[in-house]
Amino acid sequence: MADNVFDAIVIGSGISGGWAAKELCEKGLKTIMLERGQNVEHVKDYHSALKPPWAFEHRGTRTQKMIEDYPVLKRDYPLNEKNLEWWASDKDCPYTEIKRFDWFRGYQVGGRSLLWGKQSYRLSDFDFEANAKEGIAIDWPVRYKDIAPWYDYVERFAGISGNRDGLPQLPDGQFLPPMEMTCVEKDVAARIKEHYKGQRHMIIGRAAHVTGPLAGRTLCQYRNKCSLGCPFGGYFSTQSSTLPAAMKTGNLTLRPWSIVTKIIYDKDTQRATGVEILDAQTNETYEYKAKVVFLNASTINSTWILMNSATDVWPEGLGSSSGQLGHNLMDHHLGVGAGGDVEGYEDKYYYGRRPNGVYIPRYRNLFGDKRDYLRGFGYQGGASRQGWQRNVAEYSIGANLKEALTEPGSWTMGIGGFGEMLPDYDNKITLDKTKTDKWGLNVVAIDCELKENELKMRQDMMNDAAEMLEAAGVKNVNKWDGDGTPGRGIHEMGTARMGSDPKTSVLNKWNQVWDAPNVFVTDGSFMTSAGCQNPSLGYMAFTARAVDHAVNELKKMNL
Amino acid sequence: MTRRDALSRVSLMLGGTIIGSEIFLYGCKPDTVQLSTVEFTPTNIAFLDEVGETILPTTASSPGAKAAEIGEFMKVIVTDCYEKQDQEIFLEGIGKLNEASNAKYSKDFMKLSAEEKTEFLTALDQEANEYNKTKENGAPNHYFSMMKQLTLWGYFSSEVGATQALRYVETPGRWEGCIPYEKGDKAWAI
Repeated sequence: MADNVFDAIVIGSGISGGWAAKELCEKGLKTIMLERGQNVEHVKDYHSALKPPWAFEHRGTRTQKMIEDYPVLKRDYPLNEKNLEWWASDKDCPYTEIKRFDWFRGYQVGGRSLLWGKQSYRLSDFDFEANAKEGIAIDWPVRYKDIAPWYDYVERFAGISGNRDGLPQLPDGQFLPPMEMTCVEKDVAARIKEHYKGQRHMIIGRAAHVTGPLAGRTLCQYRNKCSLGCPFGGYFSTQSSTLPAAMKTGNLTLRPWSIVTKIIYDKDTQRATGVEILDAQTNETYEYKAKVVFLNASTINSTWILMNSATDVWPEGLGSSSGQLGHNLMDHHLGVGAGGDVEGYEDKYYYGRRPNGVYIPRYRNLFGDKRDYLRGFGYQGGASRQGWQRNVAEYSIGANLKEALTEPGSWTMGIGGFGEMLPDYDNKITLDKTKTDKWGLNVVAIDCELKENELKMRQDMMNDAAEMLEAAGVKNVNKWDGDGTPGRGIHEMGTARMGSDPKTSVLNKWNQVWDAPNVFVTDGSFMTSAGCQNPSLGYMAFTARAVDHAVNELKKMNL
Repeated sequence: MTRRDALSRVSLMLGGTIIGSEIFLYGCKPDTVQLSTVEFTPTNIAFLDEVGETILPTTASSPGAKAAEIGEFMKVIVTDCYEKQDQEIFLEGIGKLNEASNAKYSKDFMKLSAEEKTEFLTALDQEANEYNKTKENGAPNHYFSMMKQLTLWGYFSSEVGATQALRYVETPGRWEGCIPYEKGDKAWAI
């Protein structure tokens, strides 16, 4: 085999790319994983993971220089001193905002699997059937029963801690032991259940942390410094989980600094033959060839690659025959919720730093509830005791203030909504042929906004949050509807949706590009609707399923 | 969850500031110590150490803000992280604070007794709080609110503050969500 010929190419090394590489390698395919950014070696390259908070010159906060250098990242929490090397450079990698879209990217081996929130939830048939029932966009080509075994499969390997709550809108999975709620959370959960007569639930978050025996992995140490990289490998990332499994097979070649510029399409066979890359350091061009290509460059970037792979056969890009490529961009809209004070519990505390919170699964427009908007939302939140940041009204300065602040303050509880965004043809990305990035490549233009359905939903998201907390006895409840700009959820989805009809979808039900069936897109791009659940677990499940299908098809000589 | 939490951890609330309050209008000029209002000099750092130590003094249970090198911390944050307008307010605030001390005690702040320092900064804190109550969005911040915030943040996130005034556990190793707390037990550092 020539050194640029492989059985499979995986573009991207984040959550879904890592899964694709692992599955392909374990099924015996010689695989190359191409990553546009730098390598990040597990443990060795977690430069900040073991630094105590005082070892950061600016104690973790952003400097004016950083604000100047990161005009997009500065819009939210990602701009900070501790893990800046894992957020993509806004200056090297610009994009065009036809409407404001906060795009927070991770360009390195592991991608945003190093940085993610780790909340891991299943979709249900309420989600898979919603488009068809409501006449929105197109129907998903799959149902929960098709995906359930693959959820089982990826949960067993990734390690998802959670409780079996028995809720049809949030199916249970193969869980490691759940993390415990704080005393206040337990009581608030009980009061919500009672007040809403079992129609609403507050459960412990389901999160990709090792809380019980799991082969090859180490228990979560409750440091809550996950986004600095975990030296224990206590949470799921490419580095802690899928990459070592892929490497162990001897079938994986990992190539960092490899910007895939196009998928090479052969119009005679109607198949992709490989990819062209630009070495991000040397600017040299290389070609890699393979029988099958997995596109996992992240939502928006995967579609960018397809668009950039235009040929005279497909002038709008590979996979563009339906006219849907680039359309139906979604995110989860957030920045809305409520919080307040909890009286009492002064004799209760907790030990450790739980990298997780509580979750209130969707209840709107389910089980007979009917609102003036479609779909629903979930909440994440938690209750804890205040620290030294609190305002101590009774002391001004001096010894009394200091002594007061060395003890924990009173309890507070807050929840924030994650709302479903409907797929909308007008929310789209295109190639901006007037602007280039550091490597001279045309950048993407994003044209996306919240529409009426989301804006109506946000009213409920805010008011329900306050109402539930008040019903649970929380005092001085403040509610807020802050910044819901798309992108801030960091759950970009859509732009290459799957469907049953090549005339209305980019991918088939196996994540294969209709126009080039040996190309599989298994990152968030395939999502036909968004649900309101954190989506990454679904990408894992669909990826493993797609690889299984790809290898079966290869065996049958169908690809 | 953690990425959402980060928001509240990194955003520090700054209070407001006083412009042209009469307390400054009849103040004497500083007599002996030359304080720079355009850059951080060693004299300024020593001055800020003293301000910080007055806000969070050494007590029986733990060292004060000076032990956390609070003046040096303020210099780094103000220089690297503050916007220009706030930098100017802060540096001018050093001079204003000293002028106010002279106006009230006819002495530089550094020459006040420990009791006088506490009394003086308590009054200044109240003044800043009053200002903040009616401060409009975008109006200038109060220099003393900055100094107090920086002292609290710098101290409790320092090694001294985190490990002696609070309890810092590098690697807890386990999570217990609901355990007893006894009055006097220190708070977790992070």
